[in-house]
Amino acid sequence: MYQIISPIVDRKIVSDQIHLLTFKSKEIAKDAKPGQFVNVRVSNGLYPYLRRPFSICEVNYDTFSILFSVFGMGTKVLAEKKAGGSLDVIGPLGKGFSIDKDFESAIIVAGGLGSAPFPFLISRLKPDVNIKSFVGARTKELLISYKLENISFATDDGSYGKKMNVVELLSDEFQKGSFDSKVKLYGCGPTLMLKALSKFALENNFDCEISTEAAMACGFGICQGCPMESSNGEKYFLVCKDGPVFNVRDVKL
Amino acid sequence: MSKPDLKVKIGSLEFNNPIFVASGTFGYGLESSDFVDINKLGAIVTKSLSLKPRKGNPPPRIVETPSGMLNAIGLANIGVERFLKEKLPLLNQFDTKIIANVAASSVEEYVECVRLMTNEKIDAFEINVSCPNVHDGGLEFGTNCLKVGEITQKTVAVSTKPIIIKLTPNVTRIAEFAQVAKENGAAAVSAINTFIGMVIDITKRKPKLSHNTGGLSGPAIKPLAVAKVFQIYKEVDIPIIGIGGISNYSDVIEFLLAGATAVQIGTHNFVEPDCTEKIISDLVKYLINNNVKSVKELIGKLQLF
Repeated sequence: MYQIISPIVDRKIVSDQIHLLTFKSKEIAKDAKPGQFVNVRVSNGLYPYLRRPFSICEVNYDTFSILFSVFGMGTKVLAEKKAGGSLDVIGPLGKGFSIDKDFESAIIVAGGLGSAPFPFLISRLKPDVNIKSFVGARTKELLISYKLENISFATDDGSYGKKMNVVELLSDEFQKGSFDSKVKLYGCGPTLMLKALSKFALENNFDCEISTEAAMACGFGICQGCPMESSNGEKYFLVCKDGPVFNVRDVKL
Repeated sequence: MSKPDLKVKIGSLEFNNPIFVASGTFGYGLESSDFVDINKLGAIVTKSLSLKPRKGNPPPRIVETPSGMLNAIGLANIGVERFLKEKLPLLNQFDTKIIANVAASSVEEYVECVRLMTNEKIDAFEINVSCPNVHDGGLEFGTNCLKVGEITQKTVAVSTKPIIIKLTPNVTRIAEFAQVAKENGAAAVSAINTFIGMVIDITKRKPKLSHNTGGLSGPAIKPLAVAKVFQIYKEVDIPIIGIGGISNYSDVIEFLLAGATAVQIGTHNFVEPDCTEKIISDLVKYLINNNVKSVKELIGKLQLF
């Protein structure tokens, strides 16, 4: 875990309103694992005040990237940043996906910006593991498939791919017998999607890890602002420190 | 000019410098050691400790506000027993003062917490009578002068260490509470805890926090906090530890001039985990540049119009 003033080395518009910002930091890039995140101070002023957490989307030698859309004040300010500037970044933070590779296929299930952590994951799974991606959103414009592979799409309004939600699409494929026995599911997206995915995985006995999201201030366990209830209801995990990736068996969404 | 003297005293305790970290913003004191040299801090005030572990409030627990944040953590903590066993021995390796913050749901629980810890290597207790985010205890105590008096008197009676009462700003006249703390034997008061605040989601027509209201902190509350410190300083002869929205050395000096003997950095630890070190170093530069030999020379030296 480092706090580093990281130069912005590249800025891309991936699709309508979706930005990819690439930072140079050898330390963060070297230590990062797929599913981990960084907490970015978007402004040196006092508003917006808190840092903003972003999944690490890609890592290339001494750089790492974050993928984001303009949602509130923090991302609005961030979207105005240009290559040549720099930002104060804390990372890598949290616990990432497990990639023990005791499986032949990885099934990636992403809703909207939930695609963000998967390019990094895919880069670490290849070439040993087959990748299949299920990508969903409300409409065609909101689908994000940056650097995903072997993709099936679903939209709520049917404007692209199948007219259904992404977990229904996954379930349909499963009914058709498309998955072999050694499969691992990885999911990231809105809470409702993660709930449906958890239910599907538990009912069908799939090993499944999900990347979750919560409002947080510090990102490393001191503010206690990001609780996630354990599946037995006995305690709260912290999304920032115990997550953001959890096995669906362990948490109650 | 030789290096200025940063030492300050509260009762019998001497601190290496007046920069402390506030309860709830530095974990149990170890979590931030990747970012800040803990030996450089004047004191660590631990996360609030209750007699038994507390799970805390359900999410959402925090929401950002302009230049601040609203929290309703609900005193999530591991409890006194685990703190003493797992955290305190590690904290004791550092050359800084340890102030254990104590929260409770009853007068008896405050007393029991202090009694259990008083013979440990802890330098002082800060009694949290002002948490806005719990249903039992919390503000119910902090807004009642008689209760604050009773809690102060009974914790002082069982403690071998100085007792500091952390006051809420959610009262009409905070100086009355500081006076009661003093009369009942408190060594100092901490001023202030958070202000009660609320943020509403206009789409859902619901509060954004599951607890409905929360405690407002951050730079947004700094002028309010400075005024509360000044009110106490004017009326009550008791050391004050100033808290509220401090993010740089200049904020610290404002609090000292208003009458604080020391300060606690709170929410800004989340934003800049290394800010305390920077603040201490900037404070030294200010003292040198302004030919101030000791930080004590600034306390209460506000010149009014």
